[in-house]
Formats: sequence, C-alpha cells, structure tokens
Amino acid sequence: MAAEPVKLDGNSDGIVETKGYKQHADLIKKIVVYTLLIIISILMMIPFFWMISSSLKFDNQVFEVPIRWIPTNPQWANYKTIWTQIPLAKFFENTLILSVVITFIQLVTSSFAAYGFSRMRFKGRDALFLFYIGTIAVPWQAYMIPQFIMMRQLGLTDKLLSLILLQSFSAFGVFLMRQYYEGIPEELSESARIDGLNEYGIYARIILPLTRPAIASLTILTFVNTWNDYMGPFIYLSSTENKTIQLGLKMFVSLYDAQYALIMAASVLSVLPVALVFLTQQKYFVEGIATSGLKG
Amino acid sequence: MEYTKTPKSVSPRQRKRKNLLTAWSFIAPNFIGFFIFTMIPVVFSFVLAFMNWDSFNPPTWAGFNNFIRMFQDETFKISFWNTIWYTIGTVPITMILSLFFAILLNQKIRGMAFFRTTIFFPYITSLVAVAVVWNMLFHPTLGPINQFLNFIGISNPPGWTSSSQWALPAIVIVSIWRNVGYYMILYLAGLQSIPPELYEAAEIDGANKWLQFTNITLPGLKPTTFFISIMATINSFKVFDLIQVMTNGGPGRATNVLVFDIYNEAFVNFKFGYASAIALVLFAIVLGVTIVQFRFQTKNK
Repeated sequence: MAAEPVKLDGNSDGIVETKGYKQHADLIKKIVVYTLLIIISILMMIPFFWMISSSLKFDNQVFEVPIRWIPTNPQWANYKTIWTQIPLAKFFENTLILSVVITFIQLVTSSFAAYGFSRMRFKGRDALFLFYIGTIAVPWQAYMIPQFIMMRQLGLTDKLLSLILLQSFSAFGVFLMRQYYEGIPEELSESARIDGLNEYGIYARIILPLTRPAIASLTILTFVNTWNDYMGPFIYLSSTENKTIQLGLKMFVSLYDAQYALIMAASVLSVLPVALVFLTQQKYFVEGIATSGLKG
Repeated sequence: MEYTKTPKSVSPRQRKRKNLLTAWSFIAPNFIGFFIFTMIPVVFSFVLAFMNWDSFNPPTWAGFNNFIRMFQDETFKISFWNTIWYTIGTVPITMILSLFFAILLNQKIRGMAFFRTTIFFPYITSLVAVAVVWNMLFHPTLGPINQFLNFIGISNPPGWTSSSQWALPAIVIVSIWRNVGYYMILYLAGLQSIPPELYEAAEIDGANKWLQFTNITLPGLKPTTFFISIMATINSFKVFDLIQVMTNGGPGRATNVLVFDIYNEAFVNFKFGYASAIALVLFAIVLGVTIVQFRFQTKNK
C-alpha cells in the first residue's frame, strides 16, 4: 500500500522549502488520528470492560457509583458458582456439537459442490447455480415455517439433529468457495488432466491445497455464526438439556434477573470461545467477509 | 474444451455421460440436503401463505384471506412501522460511521490492526451476552448510562428499554454499535480497490484532502456504498434476536417488528398460514430491495 499520498511530497522536488511545515502538519494529523481512534476504541470496548469488571463483583457492587473498573476484591468464585447454578457445561457441549458438526458438513459438501460448479462443464450448470444462489436472497425467516412443519413431521423438534440438517447444506458455503475457485487458473487443472489425473485427483491434489485460505474463511465464518445463532435454537430447542449457550444464558437472565454478577460471568464465558477463535484467525474471518460481502 | 488425448477409445457420448455423472457426484452431497431442507420449504412457503393451517384442524385453502386480514391487523401494522423506523434509525448512521471509521483506518499507521479489531469485535460476540450487558447499562435508575446523564446535568433521563418511547432508540444504538465494524470491513475493501495513482495525480494537481474525498473517494466507493445500503436495509428488515433478548417486543408492542410478528403468529399462536403470509410480505420487501440493487448494477456497467 504505497497509497500514502503525503509521503510522496517528501520525495518530489520543489516542495523542499515547505518540508518543515509538512512534517509539522503530519505530526498534528497523526495526533488527531490517534486520539480519534483511541476514543472510538474505548467507546466500542466499554461494554466489554464493564462486563468483565462486573463479573468479578458482588451483586450489590455492580451498579455502584462511581464505577469501579477494577474490583477491589475480585470475586473469582463467581466463575465457579455459575457452573452449578445452571447446567452450563451441558449448554457448552450442545453448542460445541452443533458448531463442529455443522461446520464440518458445510465445509466438506460446499468445497466439493463448488468444484462441480466451477471446474466441471455440463449442460444446465449455470442455470442450476443461479437458482442455487438465488435462494441466498430469500430471507430464512420467509421459509422457516415450512421447515418447522417438516421437522415436526419427522419428529425432530427439540433435537440437535434438526438444526444440523437445516444448517449444514447452505448455498452460501458453495457460493463462497466458488468465488475462490474462480481465481485459480484453469490451466492448472487442464495440465493435470493431460497428465492423466481424474477429477477427484485434481480436486484432492491441486484445488484443495490451493484453497486453504478459503477453507479457513468458511470454517471460521460458519463456526462463529453457528455458535452465536439464536433464532434457530430458539425455535427448535425447548427443553433445558438441549439448550445452547445462547439460550441457556437467556434462560438464566430470566430466572435470576437480580444476580447481576453471575449473569455477567456467564456472559463472559459465552463470548470467550468465539473471541479466542476470532483473535487467532482474524485474517481469514475478515477475508471471508470481504470476499462474500454476505453473512451466512 | 475437448481433449483428444484420452487413452482408451470412448465415444464422445459416453464421455459426456461420464462427465455429467462425475459433476453430479461432486454436487450431490450438498445439493440433496439443500434441495430437501431449503428448496422445498421455499416453494412450500408460497403455498402456505394462501392456506389456513393451524396445526389443530386439517389445512384448508384461504385464498387471499390471510392478506386481507393482515391489513386489518393492528399488530401487523405496528410491527411494520416499527421495522421501518428501525431501518431509518440504523441504516444511515451505520453507513456514515462505518465509512468514517474505514477512512480513518485506511492509513499506514502503527497499531491499525488493533483498532480495526476493537471496532469489529462487537460484531462477532454472541448477541445474547451483548444484549444483556446493554440492558444493564440502559437500566433506567441504576444503569451507568443514566447515571452519567444525571451527572452531566440531565435530571430526567429517558427510561430506555422500559419506556415505549425510548425502547426502539435504545435498540437502534446497540444495533449500530454492533454492526458498524462489519460494514467498515466492506468499506475498507472498497477503499483498497481505488487505484492509488488517482490520489497521486490529484496531489500533484494540488487538490486538497476534501476535494480528493469528494472527487475520488466517494465516486470510487459508489458501488460499495450502494451494496452496503442494500445489505443494511435487508438486514434491518430481518431483525429479531436483538429485540427478542432486549425488550421481547415491549413495552407493550413498542418494539414489535415484522419477524417478531411472524414468530409469534407461527410458533406461539400456531397460525402457520397467516404467519407465512406475513413472511411473504417480508420476502417481497427484501426482493424489491434486491431488484433495485440489480438494476443499479447493470445500469452502471
């Protein structure tokens, strides 16, 4: 990114006499930008600071004025109590099962299907693909009712399997993977074909290794979306032992609405796994969003 | 794309068939699941909108009755207008802020990655946790926000989520805070697609930053801006989670939105037909917005 226009001036002739002034202006600009960014960052993060600090207090200290950002006597016990107050471990287990299974199926079937749509030529391919991605434009809320009737008919309501079946085969994954495949030169597969590799071989030995970033993007997007999903589990999972962490947290809030510190401790725990995944894999997450411009 | 170097002699017709089979073997695992669990329900949802289906009585045809009923239904009207207000409240401010943040962050400055992460972070955190925290921050008497407003001399601060007048603005604030980072990423991608030479040339011509912004940046971002405005509009028509957790549609029906209405009619009142009719209206709106985008894009090319 040599796009920094200000730097250009320093190199070009004829502006030498204004160089001192320029540097001065640069410094001021830098200070302004940094100040703005620091203020914005603090504003964006305040709810999280408050969440963490409240999770380490007694209930009656949570709303104390002025806010004590660093608790004087941190109540680490809150993080122990919460596991016995609600079946948090079970909630985590359910969420983890959903996230891992859905992400895995999504990944395998999408990357496979994207190969078919991007590297194979057959009659009706483009029409089928258009139809396929056309459904991305249909809001899920518009067809969630027939899905529900279907799942009820199959006797799958209040089972994790219902959500796995409904969320594992999205057109979005195929679309995202195909976007990446299109960037791989066709000649690579053509020469492999001449060398006698069949389509499965080309997929496994050439395309798959080259699309690792795409796979990483789809993995993290799907995982985070499934982990944070609320409305799907909200419709399907009603009994406590089937609830996800999101539903469990909501249940806890409505049951014990005055246990502020414990609520905050549970909130921190529900955010933590996704925060860790995001902070370590941020690059792929951002790339996925910039490529697709869509959320799953 | 015919390759004649096939080792054994196979007729073109056989090859074609084999090719088709191979192609479908790649597509099928995804397609079968997709066909059953998405495509069939999509088609079925259109039919359902014209039926009476309440899960207790056998389904019957309703013709346009569901739609006629909708226009007499006070709750539908309220949720429709609440959705419109929510959209008007969130979309423009989110777009302006995300563009501003993207421009601030599109510079070679140390620590950019850190700032980008903090702005983007709310978007990836679980919605329930975020909504719960904001509910506490917005607490009418004890909450830090009203404590702060008191402190700076506002003696009668709004009741936020407990007041029918201020509940929607409270949700709008949280929604902007949560989504601004997402659109910022899209704007950053747009900014990076503008050729740097344009700025270099403008700099040589002596154009100041503001002129550069209005003559290069804004026109260059036109497709991005349009795309974002469509996405943000569609997303705000689909809002549900945030409202369910923060206010549950209340107080009264003050924050009842379209998807909330669909949810209640379908899964609380079990009026599948009527709920599907409302869902069809939602789909029509989303489709309308998408068509506008499509028209615009093809016109630009």
